[in-house]
Parts: sequence; structure tokens; C-alpha cells
Amino acid sequence: MLDTSNLDTLERDVLDQIEAAGDEAGLDEIRVSALGKKGSVSLMMRELGKMSPEERQVMGPALNGLKTRLNDAITARKDVLESAAMDAALASETVDITLPVRPERQGSLHPITQVMEELAVIFADMGFAVAEGPDVEDDFHNFTALNFPEGHPARDTQDTFFMKPDAEGMRKVLRTHTSPVQIRTLLKQKPPIRIIAPGRVYRCDWDQTHTPMFHQVEGLVIDKEANMGHLKGVLLDFIAAFFETDQVEARFRPHHFPFTEPSAEMDVKYERVGAGVKVGSGNQWMEILGCGMVHPNVIRNCGLDPDEYQGFAWGMGVDRLAMLKYGAPDLRDFFNSDARWLAHYGFSPLLQANLATGLS
Amino acid sequence: MKFPLSWLKYHLETDATLDELAKAMTMAGLEIEDIDNPAEKFADFSVAYVQEAVQHPDADRLRVCTVETRDGIKQIVCGAPNARTGMRAVFAPLGTYIPGLDFALDKKPRKIRGVESHGMMCSAKELELGEDHDGIIDLEGDWEVGTPAVTALGQDDPVIDFEVTPNRPDWLGVRGIARDLAATGIGTLKDVPVGEIEGTFDSPVTIELDWPEACPVFMGRMIRGVKNVESPEWLKKALTAIGLRPINALADITNLISYDRCRPLHVYDAAKLEGGVIRARKGRGEADTFEALDNKDYAPGESMCVIADDARCLGLGGVMGGTYSGCSEETTDVFIESAWFDPLITRATAKATGIDSDAKYRFERGVDPESCRDGIEYATRLILEICGGEASHVVVAGEAPAKPADIEFPVTEVKRLTGLDLPRDEIVRILATLGFEPKGEGDVLTVGVPSWRMDCSLKADLVEEVARIHGFDHLNATSLKRLPGRFEAPATPMQLRARYARRALAGRGYSEAVTWSFAEKSQAALFGGHGEGLELDNPISSELDVMRPTALIHLLTAMQANADRGQADAALFEVGPIYLSDAPDGQRLVVTGVLPIHADRHWAGSRQPDVFDIKADVEAVLNAAGAPVASLQTVAEAREWWHPGRSGVMRLGPKNVIAEFGEIHLRVLKALDIDGRVLAFEIVLDNIPQPKKGNGLKARTPLEKAELTPVRRDFAFLVDKSVAADALIRAAKGADKAMITGVSVFDTYEGQGVPEGQVSIGLEVTLQPREKTLTDEEIDVIAKKIVDKAVKATGGSLRG
Repeated sequence: MLDTSNLDTLERDVLDQIEAAGDEAGLDEIRVSALGKKGSVSLMMRELGKMSPEERQVMGPALNGLKTRLNDAITARKDVLESAAMDAALASETVDITLPVRPERQGSLHPITQVMEELAVIFADMGFAVAEGPDVEDDFHNFTALNFPEGHPARDTQDTFFMKPDAEGMRKVLRTHTSPVQIRTLLKQKPPIRIIAPGRVYRCDWDQTHTPMFHQVEGLVIDKEANMGHLKGVLLDFIAAFFETDQVEARFRPHHFPFTEPSAEMDVKYERVGAGVKVGSGNQWMEILGCGMVHPNVIRNCGLDPDEYQGFAWGMGVDRLAMLKYGAPDLRDFFNSDARWLAHYGFSPLLQANLATGLS
Repeated sequence: MKFPLSWLKYHLETDATLDELAKAMTMAGLEIEDIDNPAEKFADFSVAYVQEAVQHPDADRLRVCTVETRDGIKQIVCGAPNARTGMRAVFAPLGTYIPGLDFALDKKPRKIRGVESHGMMCSAKELELGEDHDGIIDLEGDWEVGTPAVTALGQDDPVIDFEVTPNRPDWLGVRGIARDLAATGIGTLKDVPVGEIEGTFDSPVTIELDWPEACPVFMGRMIRGVKNVESPEWLKKALTAIGLRPINALADITNLISYDRCRPLHVYDAAKLEGGVIRARKGRGEADTFEALDNKDYAPGESMCVIADDARCLGLGGVMGGTYSGCSEETTDVFIESAWFDPLITRATAKATGIDSDAKYRFERGVDPESCRDGIEYATRLILEICGGEASHVVVAGEAPAKPADIEFPVTEVKRLTGLDLPRDEIVRILATLGFEPKGEGDVLTVGVPSWRMDCSLKADLVEEVARIHGFDHLNATSLKRLPGRFEAPATPMQLRARYARRALAGRGYSEAVTWSFAEKSQAALFGGHGEGLELDNPISSELDVMRPTALIHLLTAMQANADRGQADAALFEVGPIYLSDAPDGQRLVVTGVLPIHADRHWAGSRQPDVFDIKADVEAVLNAAGAPVASLQTVAEAREWWHPGRSGVMRLGPKNVIAEFGEIHLRVLKALDIDGRVLAFEIVLDNIPQPKKGNGLKARTPLEKAELTPVRRDFAFLVDKSVAADALIRAAKGADKAMITGVSVFDTYEGQGVPEGQVSIGLEVTLQPREKTLTDEEIDVIAKKIVDKAVKATGGSLRG
């Protein structure tokens, strides 16, 4: 005769077995032996039909409860066993994560590129666009239109590279400065004009501070009222922005360039700090650029009336700016493509000079 | 240009210090290059008095001196034979650097044979102030102890070296410098008359000008009975100070005037002149061959101006005289030339002959055409003073070229160009002190330009003078604000392409390099040769004698250099120009990269890049630069410097090649001494077409998201090995352009089971149903189309 005390015994017995099951197969055997068609609990459930209603009232819920509890226990045990099996499997897949990764090459951008992008940002904020021109120039754009008279000693100061003469005896030159871009711009664009023109320039000279190819950036403003005070303002603002300093001490010194009148050179104060140079303060002067009001002959050569239009221009060395700002001591290294130098002085491609996030 | 301070003060009355003068020069545009200031250099050396000099107890040749110095009484052991009681000597305290010996004295007294010595007494040679090393300096005169040694030695004259800009030949004379400094207000220009000598007889030599363009004016004068002696001390000292070697009085006088007034002169030995006429004429080539003062022979051609008598060419006018008619110690009668030579002709002559001289340097820049008279009078006076003799009347041939024209000058120009708001009177004052002649009452001046300022012809030139002398320091710095209105980002499409290409490559592990635009001709020849008209006439070296037709040369050699330094896997790129012709549009902006085929060593297995890695890099750059990559055709038609079987080009249509990539040909690598193999690419940014202009709006077209699951089907085709996989892919894609959204190659196989000469290519085709799920029948129809197209395009077959 069934009674609930038998059920308690059975339950304890099966639960013990479940708890002892070592793997999913063993657990399934237990499930079948208790809850399968011929399992101990199922057989008891079959007995219910033979019972009196009173007995059934007691045993029915008791058996159903037992069945539910055993099922739950099996499910729980199954989860435990599955999880353990997964852990064991993963444990067998263990690797030594201290092993080094496959090295990846770290690319970089050249400091000249970086500085040119900085120039573009700083001057864009003052309304300047970037203009370009060819490296192989003719005499007109490189000299004549810029008011270098034929045969004038000023031409000698340029250490010009010439191409071999063509059939007519004409010799192209490698531009000795970015100033021909002034001419090209003035000939095709109407004022007001505000441009900078960075690019390669060439002079026949080679030592620690001179290379036969280097980079200049030209600036040009032409409108109806740009005067030398604006020139000074633009350049002081530029130096402060580029060298990221509030205190720039600079001086304008009269000089001579054929294509500007009046002409000046700008010196900035600097001091040596370790291997580098701090620009803006200190007690030594360093010449940093040449500039001036665009010569009336240049304006006239480009088809404009110098009594109506006026403006200013300047030119400075991009490589030199890079050397000063980023502390690269030898100009020749800029063009040697030494991977160590490129990695050391180069810039991350993720860096984009701009006003919101900074120059570098 | 160099000058000693004392020379400047001969023309400039001033109390300013050397520093103040240097600053005034700098701010007036006379850029100081160097100041050699003996007072500073020898600041440690001073006059000392030897109270007693006695024999050293342990050394025959040494004396122990008790010396009164500016630092008190010192005991000094001295080895000089002339050290004696009661002399005044030059004292160097302990620690002083002795220039002539190139060492510094010990900071602590040293014992010399047991006797302490507290400093040193110096010889002239030890101070580099002379050669005398027989003994220590024995000063003449009753100098007070502590007086700077340079003062006692008469060597305290600083020498200033500054840059003369080509527009200011007048600064090649000390008087011209003094004039500009006076204008700045730091002193006043002294009146230094040159003197005027009445002649007593007619010159037996006359002058003819056969070529007035080259020599429009020539004054001359005979001086009889001179004695070409050694120059007096003051003259020798002045010349020595500026680095000239004194020769004899006649030569030294002309040199002095050249540097004092920027007025070159020439003095002929009149005894050597034949025919009584001296003339300036065109050269006659070989017939005019003469030996110049540089002891070289020249045969002046007809583009050169020579000075000649009836018998021979005497020299190149304004450039260099000849040895034959030069003055020697025996010379007694001289003929002085004070002429003006055309700058351009002088310059062309100097260039053709290679002669450099003080006269040429001045004439090519432009000597004051009205200085002939002063020059000849000045020279006459000095010659008569130093060499004696009797002067003839001055012979004048021709006329000085016209003075620069007057300039109509509205004073408002100063403000217009510089922003400086100067009163009219100040403008007038500045111009007048510089020698200009401002005339007129109103605001428009008529400004006369002095004859020595041939650089001034425009209003702007006068503005510069006014602003320069007033001081650029006063320029009112004014920030330039952006023009009103919307500011459009100014970068051009090309600039953006370059920028994105750089970042794509740097992000893929390439380091950006910047290499020479030049290349070596023979190396350029490996890459198709340099463009027409692009060989340099004056290359900096024979290795850089043409403009590069490719950036590969330098990147490849740089890669090898890096490998030699132990970095065998460095990948480099450059975004820079290549040159196809010398026309303004003959330049291209290219992205060039090199990647060594270098196997890495790694515990997880070695890898090395192959042509498909570089192809991926190329596609990444093209995508970044905005090229229509999907429309590009890849064909194995790279030029001859690429590996014939592992290279290709990507082009748009049959002609527009945008990129070339692959392995570099081994023959090229060998010629460039490159070890191993190299992958490379070259992308011509100019060849990427401009994107079509849209409607100006930045809004994208709506996104179409297919709701139905895509279907994938695999096909394997047997094709001839010569068939490009790309042809198969394109054929498959073209079978149903609406439905087929992707074709990829999942397998290529040749070998067992595939006939000889053929390859099996496995394609996975993705079909994207749009409106309803595809039935098997529908899929079969598309599959058949794919097979038909592929077979037709490639001549292959479906692999069974």
C-alpha cells in the first residue's frame, strides 16, 4: 500500500542519485529509472487509478509534486554538469596569453606634411586658401614677372638650377622660391586674394642647413587696403598660433627683395632649451622669414593697377619651421628616409591638425 | 662689406655706443653679419706695470716679476728675455683664454720651478695682434695700470661686417652708410670735402669714348713727378682693418676711395701709354689679348668694354686693369681714370671672364654716375699729399647718365601702403636727410632723387625710405580677419586626395618619406627615362642630374639603406611630384609605395606579403582618394620595370591608367643594388576623375534594406589558365544585374582532376531577392544564365 512516507524515501533516494550523477548520460539513466515510462515514479502514478478517491486526493498531488521536484532537480543538475563540461573543454584550450602578438608596422606621416597641414589650418582661419604651381618654371614666372631685372645681381643670390637649353636656347629653371605661385594666382584670379602656397623649391646648395631641394610656403594678400600693419599682424598671429605661445617677441627689419617694396625680414626672439629651441621669448634674434608689400611692378605685370590694388607677400622655409618646432637638428635627415628618423619625428595618421583639437 | 668704427666716425658725428650703432644699422636695413670688437675679445687683457723683475732662483731663463695689475700686486714667473723692471706689459689673469696659444691659463696659480705664478704677461703673437714672439709686449707710453690692452696697443677699433643688399651700391662706400645712419637720427653727417686741385697744365693724354652705352663718361688727369712710396700708417691701417693688403700709395689710394665713396678709380703708368689718346671701346678678341692684374690672359670680345691706347688693350673697363700699364715703384707720371661703366655690360663681362674685383662688384650694382668729379679730385689730393707731383687740368669726355627722374609723391602713399600715419613734415625731413629733394607745398611732393639712388623710381620706393627710417617697429600690427560671409573650406580636390591617401597608407603601416625630385639619369632610364627638357644643366651632383620620372628610385634605394641598417621590413611611401615634361602641366602628383617581401618570424608561423597584399593597399588608397574603384579594370599590362607575371595596372577605360602595382622586375632591382624582392605601387592622383557634381546637398539617397534573406550558390568553372579571374567574375555579375549582388572567388585549383593548362575557379554568387522568396526553379534559371555567360566570356566550362 502506498503512502506518502514511501514517497519521501523514494524522493530522498532519487535526489541522492541525481546529486551523485557524474555526467549527463548517468543523469539521464536516473531520469529514465524514476520518471521514464517504466520508472519508479511513473509506475506509482499508474497505481493512482486503483485507489479510492480519498487516497487519490492525498497521493495525486503528492506524486505530482514529487515528479516536479525531481524534474527540477534533474534540470538543475544538468546545468551544473553542462557548465562543468564546458569549463573542462575550455580549460583544455588554454593558451599562453603572454606570448607576443604578431608585430605590426606602425606607419607615420612626415613632419613636413604635418607642418604644411598646420599652416593650412592656421591660415584658413584667416581666410587663406592653398594654391599650387609647377616646380619646373620658366624665367618669366620665377624672375621677370617678380621684378628681377634681366642680368641683375639679385638673380645671383638665388643659386638657380637650370635645365639644359632647348632648341631655341631657352632654359627652364627649377623654381628657386614659391613666389611664382603669386604670379600664377594673380594672373588667373581676381582680387581679393588670400592664398598660401607651400611646395618644393630648389637651390644649388648643400650643407647642414641647406639641401638642394627644400620647402617654402608663400603667402599673398591682394585687395584694396591691405597694408604693412596687416602684414605684421598676420605674421605675428601666425607665429603665435604655430609655435603655440602667447608671447611672441618679433621685430621687422628692412631688407631688400626685388618683388616687394617696402621689404622686410622678420626676426623672432628665441632661447635654447635643451636640444630644442623655444620660439617667442629669450634673448637672441632668429631670422624667420622675408616679406613686404607686393612691388608695384609685380602687380602691374599681372595686369592690375598698383594704384588701385595693393597687398603683401611673405615666404618662409617649411622645413625650418618643422626643425624649430619639433627639434629635428639636421635638415639633410628630412630627405634620407631613415625608418628610425621617420618613426621618431613622424606623426600619427590619426592626428589631424585643426582648431578644435589642436595642431599636434 | 666691412668697415672699422673709426672710419664711420670720419663721416658721422655721433656719441652713440657700438651697440646703439649696430642696432640703428640693423633697423635701417643694414643687416649686421659680424662685429669684431677687440675690446670685447681682449677684455681680460690689461696694462700692468712691472715693479721688479729678478732672476728665478732655480732657472737661468726665468724671471720672477712683481707686477702691479688692475687686480693688485701679482707675482708672475716670466720666460721672456725682455722682461725687466719698470716696463709696462700686457697682463692676463689666471683662467684667461690666450687666443694665440689656443688654451686657457689654469684657474689656480701654478708653481714654475717652485715659484708660484699668478697670471701671464703676453707677446703680440699670443694675442694674435702681430708676429712678434721674441718677447713680451713692451708698451710705449705712460699707460695707467688697468687700461685695456687694446687701447694701449691702438687696436681698439671694432670692425663691423654687414650685408649690402643688391639695391644699395651706395652702402659699398662708408660715406653712404654714414648718410643712412644720420637719417635715423643717431648722428649727423659731417661735411668732408674731397678738396679741389687746380691743374697747372693740359693733360698730354686725351680721352675718346667709342662706346657711350658702356662708358658714357670718363674723366682723366695726368700727375707728373710722383713717387709711389709706401703708404702712410693711417692709410695702411684703414685698409688692413677691412682685410685689404697695402701695396703702394697709388694702389692704396684708389682702394681707399673705392671703399670710402664707392668710387672705383684706375691709375695708369703714363710712361706706358702710347699715342696720347686713351679710349673706351668694344673688345677686339684675340687682337686685344692682355694680361690682367690677376696675372691671367684675357681676349675681350666685342660685348666687353676695354680701355685701350693706340698700341694695345690696357684693361677691362670697370672690371680689371692690365699688368703692362700698372704702376710700380719706378712710376713717375700717372694718368688717373675716373669713369662710369654700365652695370649690365660690366656684369656680363665679369660673368664671361670669371673676374671678381672690387671695381666690378661696384659697377655691376651701379656706381653714382655723378661721382667721377669728386673721385678724381679726391684721388688727386691724396696723391699730391702722399706721392707729391704736379696735376694737369681734368680731361672730361662724355656726360654722366641722367639722374633718376623726379617722383610725384602723394604723402598719403605712406599711410596707404604701411598704415603709418606720419605728418607731411616728417616725411619731408626723412627724405631730405637721405639726400632726396622733396619740393612742393601741398600733399603731393615732387621728389628729386639723388644720383646715387638709382634704385628709386617709384612711389613705393619712397614709402620704403620713409618707413625704414621712421622704423618698422612703429608698424601697427593689425590682425587680418576672415572676409565676411560664409567661409568655404579652401582645400582643393587634389589636396584632399593627397591628404586621404597619406592617411590611408600611414594607417596601413607605411612611413611617409620625402625624397629628391631629382634622380640619376641612368637610374631614371630603368623607369622609362627622364622627360624631355628635364636634364639639369648645373646639377648639384652627377647622381641628381635629371628630374625624376618616378619616385620609385629613391624609395627603393632608401628601403635598401634601411635594410642595411637592420630594418629589412620598413615600408615607405611618398606623395610627391614626378615630371613628364618641362611644360607647366608636365608634372603629376603620385602616391608611390614600396614594401619589401620580407618573411617575418613568429611563433604562430611566418608570413610574407605578396602581390595581393600590395593590391589591397592600392585599393585602400584609391578608395580613400575617392577613385571609382568598382569601375576600375585590372589588367596585367604594367610597364617593363615590373615583374612580367606579378604586376598589373588599374585603369578606367582603355587609356586612363590610375595605378600600377606588383613586384618590381628583378633586373631593375639588380641595377639598383637591391637585395631580395620588392612589392611596389604608383598611383597617379591627377588621373582620378573629378566626382560628378551633385545638387549641392549633402543628404544621402534613402537606404534600401532588402527584407528577404540572400541566397548563395557555388559554381566551379574550368577555364584556360590565360583567362583572367576578373573576366569570369564580371561575366557572372552581368548575368542578372538586379538580382546578383556579389560574386566572390572562394577557390582556385589546378592539379589532379583538372586538365593540364586549365584552372578550376570556384565562385560564390549572392542573389538578393527583393519582393518574394525565390523558388528553386527561379534560382535554376539564374544559375543557368550565370553559367552561360561565364562559358561564353571565358571559353571555359562548368566543372562537373
